[in-house]
Amino acid sequence: MTPSCPPSTAEAGWLRRRGGEIALWLAVPLAVALFLPEYYLLATHVAALGLFALSLDLLVGYAGLLSLGHAMFFGIGAYTAGLLAVHGWGEPISGLLIAALVAGLVGFITSFAVVRVQHLAQLMVTLGFGLLVFEAANRARWLTGGDDGLQGMVVSPVLGLFEFDLFGQTAFFYTFVVLALCFIVATRVIDSPFGLTLEGLRENPKRMAAIGTPTAARLRQAYVFAAVFAGIAGALMAQTSQFVALETLSFGLSAEVLIMLLLGGAGHRYGGLVGAAVFVIARDLLSDLNPQYWQFGVGGVMVLVVLFAPGGVLGILRSLRQRLLPVARTSTAKAAPATPATKGGAA
Amino acid sequence: MLAILLTVLFDGLAYGMLLFLISIGLSVTMGMMGFVNLAHGAFAMFGGYVATTLMQRAGVPFLVTLPVAFALVALASIVVERLLYQRLYRRGPLDQVLFTVGLTFMSVAGITWFYGPSQQPVVLPAFLQGQVSLFGLEVGIFRLFLVAVGLLVAAAVVLGVERTRFGAKIRAAVDNPVMATGLGINVGGVFALTFAIGSGLAGLGGALGIQILGLTPAFPLKYLVLFLIVVSVGGLGSVGGALLAACVVGVIDMMTKYFLPEIGSFIIYAVMVALLMWRPHGLLGKKS
Repeated sequence: MTPSCPPSTAEAGWLRRRGGEIALWLAVPLAVALFLPEYYLLATHVAALGLFALSLDLLVGYAGLLSLGHAMFFGIGAYTAGLLAVHGWGEPISGLLIAALVAGLVGFITSFAVVRVQHLAQLMVTLGFGLLVFEAANRARWLTGGDDGLQGMVVSPVLGLFEFDLFGQTAFFYTFVVLALCFIVATRVIDSPFGLTLEGLRENPKRMAAIGTPTAARLRQAYVFAAVFAGIAGALMAQTSQFVALETLSFGLSAEVLIMLLLGGAGHRYGGLVGAAVFVIARDLLSDLNPQYWQFGVGGVMVLVVLFAPGGVLGILRSLRQRLLPVARTSTAKAAPATPATKGGAA
Repeated sequence: MLAILLTVLFDGLAYGMLLFLISIGLSVTMGMMGFVNLAHGAFAMFGGYVATTLMQRAGVPFLVTLPVAFALVALASIVVERLLYQRLYRRGPLDQVLFTVGLTFMSVAGITWFYGPSQQPVVLPAFLQGQVSLFGLEVGIFRLFLVAVGLLVAAAVVLGVERTRFGAKIRAAVDNPVMATGLGINVGGVFALTFAIGSGLAGLGGALGIQILGLTPAFPLKYLVLFLIVVSVGGLGSVGGALLAACVVGVIDMMTKYFLPEIGSFIIYAVMVALLMWRPHGLLGKKS
């Protein structure tokens, strides 16, 4: 795919590293539009849930924070965008930003409590906040519609140009572009010194504290960051489906997004996206047959993944590549020229 | 008014005893082995289905089904522990969460397949039905029975851990597994047996709880959060803590259901978060 000659400048190095990735990001929406236009709705779900799983990856995979209540931010984002659209603020992009802001604010407030505790207590505190918000939304029927969901959203055209159509074309491209922008931001954050700090905190918080990292502050920042992304994902889901279900706040969704992430491979930028794609497509295929097949199947896959493929789908691919290709291929993204015998198989 | 309050209080205690019976095994295995077993509720559910199947298909009396539920679930759990769980002791909590939630999903789907999604009936023997006057307070005989069983089990567990040789081995294995192995204690065996007893107690709780908690395939997911609240608020591995937390959770849950139904579960979650902020290791948990 990429030429194997040594890069001459930093620019070429960047293109070499990211070229395949950029091609992939252009090819996927094109492929959906050309070959699978009847699956716009499904692809939109994958993109929104993929962004949601990516936001959880920042916490779980990179910062090593545990969360069983991440759907709280997804749901808050969805309800914020939904309520705005119901009450006359149908402009989608500003709705998205406001939803991100609200989710981030709630993330900021709760982050102090979440970072204070570890292990089981952290699982329980995040779970507890999630359940509290769920109960609040369930009881506030006058505002949220309770378990009937929030209905009557009117979303204006994107940028005043692209009307949300029946086939979901606009919805898909809108969601995909937002996902791509968020992914670029997430990549920058992960590659930054801040991202490296988070990985250090995951590996050994005591040592990070010893070398002078303000550990609690860094973890809180990661938590707020993940909350903002999850809020955007929820808002996308609400705007594209023009409906908000109470389940967007549920413990079930928090568990599902965790499953998606671990299925794809936590601690990897693409883990959440791959996991969301596999999960959503499999559910679409299997739950048509029988809901119990789906539940038994997803349970069985989770068990098998943990036993035999701890790195998820991406972990399997990585070990396959290491087994099939010579050792030298595994050292990717280095400026040093690789062995001459490199053919295809971009990183 | 006072009579109603006391009755609700007592019902809450009986409910708490069920939560204790089911959660104690979870608390001990999580505290001892550091294994996050979210499939624990599935063991309780199996106990319930063992009891109801024996009663309906074979006409076995209720009281006889209880020890059978305990024994069968304990046996099954040893198989699961040796075959599956012990492979995951060295993994991180996330892998354990994913794995045990996967097992829970499979058991929920499997039970639905065999028994259907509907509520299972239970017929209590005549001498456990009705009311009895206790210090001028009318209480259900079955709830009295539950409180008695709960207290008996709590006493047996505390005595077993504090006073027996096996209990001493458990405490040694928890405090320092490497040192315990060095002293010739079979730590893996101790863990397996402890795990089996804890799961058996969950099975017993599931069988006893058919009437009050209800028994449907959704049981393990529906009550998982409550069990986890009991374990975390009580403090990992603490028998007394689990008993205290189970009673607090049971009473608060029952009180809010009676007197403040519109707030629902709000209070219990708020109390949990507040307690964990105050004592992150639980009410009676040790600082690790």
